[in-house]
Amino acid sequence: MKVTIDGHEIEVEPGTTILQAARMIGGEVVPPAMCYHSKLKGSGGKCRCCLSEVSKGSEADPRPMPKLMASCVTGCMDGMEVKTKSSPRVQEAQKAVTEFLLINHPLDCPVCDQAGECDLQNLSFEHGKSESRFIEEKRTFEPEDIGPNIQLHMNRCILCYRCVMVADQITDDRVHGVMDRGDHSNISTCISHAIDNEFSGNMIDVCPVGALTDKTFRFKSRVWFNKPYDAHRDCPTCSGKTTVWMFGDEIQRVTGRKDEFHEVDEFICNSCRFDHKNVSDWIIEGPRVFEKDSVINQNNYTQKLEKVVINTEETILLGRVQDRIKLSMAEIDYNEKIDGNPLNSEKNG
Amino acid sequence: MSQKILLDKVNIPGIKTYEVYRQNGGYSSVEKALKTLTPDEVVEEVKTSGLRGRGGAGFPAGMKWSFIDKKSGKPRHLVCNADESEPGTFKDRYLMEYIPHLLIEGMITSSYALGANLSYIYIRGEYMWVYKILERAIAEAKAAGWLGKNILGSGYDLELYVQIGAGAYICGEETALIESLEGKRGNPRIKPPFPAVSGLWSNPTVVNNVETIAAVPWIVNNSGADYAKIGVGRSTGTKLISASGHIKNPGVYEIEMGLSVYEFMNSDEYLGGMSSDRPLKAFVPGGSSVPVLPAHLIYKTANNEDRLMTYESLSDGGFATGSMLGSGGFIVYNDTSCIVRNTWNFSRFYHHESCGQCSPCREGTGWMEKVLHRIENGHGREEDIDLLLSIQSKIEGNTICPLGDAAAWPVAAAIRHFRDEFEYHIRFPEKIKNRDHFVAEPFESVKHLVSKLTV
Amino acid sequence: MERTHYKQEINMTEPLMTRINELISHYPEGKQKSALIPILHEVQDAHDNWLSFELMNKVAEILQIKPIEVYEVVSFYTMFNQRPIGKYMFEFCQTSPCCLNGVEDLMDYTCEKLGVGIGETTPDGLFEVRGVECLGACGYAPMMQLGDFYKEHLTKEKVDQIIADCRDNKITLHDK
Repeated sequence: MKVTIDGHEIEVEPGTTILQAARMIGGEVVPPAMCYHSKLKGSGGKCRCCLSEVSKGSEADPRPMPKLMASCVTGCMDGMEVKTKSSPRVQEAQKAVTEFLLINHPLDCPVCDQAGECDLQNLSFEHGKSESRFIEEKRTFEPEDIGPNIQLHMNRCILCYRCVMVADQITDDRVHGVMDRGDHSNISTCISHAIDNEFSGNMIDVCPVGALTDKTFRFKSRVWFNKPYDAHRDCPTCSGKTTVWMFGDEIQRVTGRKDEFHEVDEFICNSCRFDHKNVSDWIIEGPRVFEKDSVINQNNYTQKLEKVVINTEETILLGRVQDRIKLSMAEIDYNEKIDGNPLNSEKNG
Repeated sequence: MSQKILLDKVNIPGIKTYEVYRQNGGYSSVEKALKTLTPDEVVEEVKTSGLRGRGGAGFPAGMKWSFIDKKSGKPRHLVCNADESEPGTFKDRYLMEYIPHLLIEGMITSSYALGANLSYIYIRGEYMWVYKILERAIAEAKAAGWLGKNILGSGYDLELYVQIGAGAYICGEETALIESLEGKRGNPRIKPPFPAVSGLWSNPTVVNNVETIAAVPWIVNNSGADYAKIGVGRSTGTKLISASGHIKNPGVYEIEMGLSVYEFMNSDEYLGGMSSDRPLKAFVPGGSSVPVLPAHLIYKTANNEDRLMTYESLSDGGFATGSMLGSGGFIVYNDTSCIVRNTWNFSRFYHHESCGQCSPCREGTGWMEKVLHRIENGHGREEDIDLLLSIQSKIEGNTICPLGDAAAWPVAAAIRHFRDEFEYHIRFPEKIKNRDHFVAEPFESVKHLVSKLTV
Repeated sequence: MERTHYKQEINMTEPLMTRINELISHYPEGKQKSALIPILHEVQDAHDNWLSFELMNKVAEILQIKPIEVYEVVSFYTMFNQRPIGKYMFEFCQTSPCCLNGVEDLMDYTCEKLGVGIGETTPDGLFEVRGVECLGACGYAPMMQLGDFYKEHLTKEKVDQIIADCRDNKITLHDK
């Protein structure tokens, strides 16, 4: 099947979604996605960040789709044409969703452990405004202790349902879920049940914001002060393939290996994540390469260094163009236009 | 006197019981369908009738039926949507309470047409006593051999149950209803796949409103063509209208499509005019979700044609000067009512009923309610009106299900037609302190205050 | 959000269990979760109109589902109560058509008469007043729900009468 996204044509298998096709193309056409996670069945469609415009339904039915479609749950059709970055409607909708997600968000990035690797932060950097039109009191929730490993900050949650799906699909006993409804929906165990399943730590990795963070890493460091390394160990429960986040010789945090779309390659067990913080526990493979542009890799040594050229400075040194020309009288064109007409034209006699 | 199809027998004493209903020709459509028609022929009749979904969207029922996936070989289901919760609408409750067997007869005939062997009626939790009425009626029908195995010796089996909800407007959305029927939270599903392909327990499912299904027996007994003769153009047949607000005779009425809004409002057979000598100010023709219209656009369209009770005429002029027939929830306002307060009230409703699954609706409905609450209580700012328009435009069309649109439209329409009233609230907060501020001083009498300032 | 735990005496009587099993039989094999909402109604009616965590766990056990699945559903739907409530709960519809017919004044009147605010229970545990969204009785406004039934075309006098009838134990709450 052939699909065109923002003018880029690509061949895809039947069953591919618009988002997956866009990710194959890569670059600017990839819409942001906060709730979709390729490894979680049934995820997506909820946050509405990835809305895209289908300007041509398919070869068989070329009519455009009247509404913007959530690209993570809309399947490609042969001959479909989609606009993301190039559509003002899509850009407007992404701004709108960003605003909606932020109105009740505490905006406490300075004290949030997710800051620096937060999808909502990236989204608002791309689409948000510096001022808020929301003057009402923000919604808040009473805190709840959900056990020794995971810290829940409900006020930051965007209700992507990913953690619920992890509990359903990766662990064998879900003890937390989405309670209540509307803008009071919240993640809870209801009965302060400790979430202690062996794979429950993956909830932290799939959380796109700072709602679920690692208690063993709490307030230890800003993520960009850590150096991430790919590491592995012989683990009886999971693949043991992780990323360890180091500050000097100390492993401050262990996470799954995330790709450029912040999706983990393989889910890891709680033992790897929380209980193995000695360098001797791990075989370090080498520095973790980040494809996605983020604050984490701004000072990353794996980036290729290129000479910085500042264009304005160069021009200043050269001087103004007209000044340069006038240095030599010989170069002056005496037939130069003054009033818009050449001097020697018939009109001037 | 117009023709009655659904309520013609409602006044017969004892019609609630099986015996009386049967003596008056009840269940004859089941006999006719099972003995003389193939399922496809029933579908064809409904197609010919032009019957449109009575829940609000007005999608042709026969066409919806023809989409059901028969190739997969999976069991099929018919689910009746009796989760009537749209503010201003109470027609289905009337039908089920006073003539329950009509719905059950419709369910059997329609299930036969769809080849469904297991069907459900999903009724809202608050209608608990109606739930019991339906349960008893189903038991009566079953005892009389209209349900169960090999009905009338035709080889067709059907089990019908009634399922109760528990207080959630969103379960009136068909995929949320299916989720709720599966014992889950009423979060609407992402479409596609449509229920006709993957609905209840991933089986092909058709969800129809009570009134839609109740019209099927008449169509089968007579013919689709006869049904199509009633009404105007693509608005065929009769429609139940629930009327409420400042009118003399509130209640449920069956009208032939094409009746003029003027006659419906003012004739003694129907609403009998306003409830007091206070003049008409506005009306909502199709339940809280549809745009409100000001007095001058009620009886006449913008082209000065008579406004009729049809899908087309009520939406004439688009959202600029028209509205929608919706579910037929007809709410009338006189000049004591405050449009800002009413809009806030509707907004509070949608805020309360949003399932919270997708961001624009979850966050946007709450935001609109808070802004409208401020304006109504004298804390509005000049920029709030444009802010409301902006929020509603960002919700509209960007949500998983139509609740987002339903929350956005009334706000947009109220500002479109009554902007000066919002401005009045913002500029004269001391005048609107009392919640019945327009009773002693209707807006007409203070309108000049805003128009002078507006220039 | 952490929830308060309230103690409740659980009594799954014979007729209640029979009814539960009948409800489960309405759904195909393996789809017993579908019976959750009707069962919760029955169980709640039999337990003073509210559901404790113990009771919800019991329902989860009967349906062989996770307790959290029950909590999720209970907290979504407005008709399930998660704390002890007044025996007679006056649920006034406060959506627009009822407001046009004076439900707000009537709610003020009722609250004043009972000496409670919206959402509060009287000290004797007999009454509670709530404002709810559209109950589908717009043409018979103002109205309220009391138990399984609607009280329509309300006036102050009718409210007085209903309160008196409640005190005299003359009100039927459930249609069994």
